[in-house]
Amino acid sequence: MYGLGECIFSDHGANRLGASALMQGLADGYFVIPYTVGAFLSTQISVPAISTDHPEFEKCEKSVQSKIDKLMGVGGTKSVDHFHKQLGKIMWEYCGMSRNGEGLKKAIGMIREVKKEFWQDVRIPGEKNEFNPELEKAWRVIDLIELGELMCYDALDREESCGGHFREEYKTEEGEARRRDPEYTYVAAWEYTGDGNDPSLHKEKLEFNNIELKTRSYK
Amino acid sequence: MKLNLKIWRQKNSSSPGKMVDYKVDGIDKDMSFLEMIDVLNQQLIDGGEEPVAFDHDCREGICGMCSMYINGQPHGPWEKTTTCQLHMRAFNEGDTVYIEPWRAKSFPIIKDLVVDRTAFDRIQQAGGYISVNTGNAVDANSIPIEKELADQAMDAATCIGCGACVAACKNSSAMLFVSAKVSHLALLPQGQPERKDRVLNMMNKMDEEGFGACSNTEACEAACPKGISVFNIARVNREFISSSAFVKKKDS
Ligand SMILES: Cc1cc2nc3c(=O)[nH]c(=O)nc-3n(C[C@H](O)[C@H](O)[C@H](O)COP(=O)(O)OP(=O)(O)OC[C@H]3O[C@@H](n4cnc5c(N)ncnc54)[C@H](O)[C@@H]3O)c2cc1C
Ligand code: FES
Repeated sequence: MYGLGECIFSDHGANRLGASALMQGLADGYFVIPYTVGAFLSTQISVPAISTDHPEFEKCEKSVQSKIDKLMGVGGTKSVDHFHKQLGKIMWEYCGMSRNGEGLKKAIGMIREVKKEFWQDVRIPGEKNEFNPELEKAWRVIDLIELGELMCYDALDREESCGGHFREEYKTEEGEARRRDPEYTYVAAWEYTGDGNDPSLHKEKLEFNNIELKTRSYK
Repeated sequence: MKLNLKIWRQKNSSSPGKMVDYKVDGIDKDMSFLEMIDVLNQQLIDGGEEPVAFDHDCREGICGMCSMYINGQPHGPWEKTTTCQLHMRAFNEGDTVYIEPWRAKSFPIIKDLVVDRTAFDRIQQAGGYISVNTGNAVDANSIPIEKELADQAMDAATCIGCGACVAACKNSSAMLFVSAKVSHLALLPQGQPERKDRVLNMMNKMDEEGFGACSNTEACEAACPKGISVFNIARVNREFISSSAFVKKKDS
């Protein structure tokens, strides 16, 4: 229930470009979700309460604990905000609305440097077993660093100009966005393959059966 | 701009707290009040000290997180403005600014300026919802609502649950909050099925959570960043009395 509206991947939810996420959430919440939730609960209702002794729970708890220890153990000199701002600047410069392959490659290198420096020099004051907003922020920023790198990866891989993003190398003679439908009519989902490894690409083909795929033109 | 700050520091709910003096420099008049605290916190972290914990989320006046007293006023000196939307041009070079957390028994301090406002969530859970039949499209024009009622419901619905009303009240009463939530639903046809139980359950929950009674001082309306009217309190009292009589009759 927490993310049903947010996760809807139909006519609106999959993108935020002038689409109405709220209306989609409301409409599908009215017509679709009552059946989805009912169908889900019908198989779950007889499942007993899941114990925290489960090996998967222990594994997860351990990994969270060790990440907290690692973050608190760096004991460096620079605040979490210092790294957040560096990341923001890189994304703004090289992975904005208008981007190019050279800039994206540079950004990936720079983000890796920020990540390295983060793990060597971040300072998180306070204690780990108390309310600690800096620790919470640090966890989010390290996720954002990884996400930022992934966004640059995806942008670099997509050698066309499509939607709200403009790859400077791919434009028509008149300077308009140039799509390359034969190569890129798919949704890209990237799989995390472990720290320091390149992510791997999974493609979900976009199929158009009843309408013809066209380029929007205001001319 | 240079400022002298006096801020309430408290390690956790079980340790005593105290006012601590800080100096900040380089504050731009166009910064928000929270950005000013960000500057202070950067300075504290660089100096190896713990930053001041404070609540914030949207920083655009819609979530109700940024609770604090500024110079004795909930959300500071500007009318109908949350702390995050208060700008430093409200202050002058060299001013001394006092910053404190909400003070109310029902909002225990977690750390520094951060208080636990889950009592409000529990009041909402006691009745701040409606039941809706799903699965079939209702004709768009089948529930006409008068413009005046829609406006009143909308005005009540603008409450962001920040708790300034409780903080401003000498009795730490939550009546403005509860009355806004009850009114918003009681005024609309969609809120009718649970109307009577809702007001009783929410008012009882409010008492259970330890909020004080309303003695019509109206400090809540003056402090409310959304300008919720105390007229809602009159309405909720009426709702409460008529629902009590109804439910008693039903029981006997
Ligand atoms: C600033 C902003 C502006 C936007 N503007 C527009 C707009 O103009 N038009 C538009 O169409 N879309 C807009 N959107 C997008 C739209 O609001 C969202 O896509 C939509 O609200 C998502 O609905 P949802 O039900 O999936 O998630 P949410 O509305 O986020 O609901 C999730 C719910 O789960 C609850 N929850 C989370 N964890 C727990 C837990 N452990 N236990 C119990 N409850 C939990 C949360 O409290 C929340 O109520 C905007 C989004 C933002 C952030
Ligand atoms: S931070 Fe959301 S209202 Fe101030």
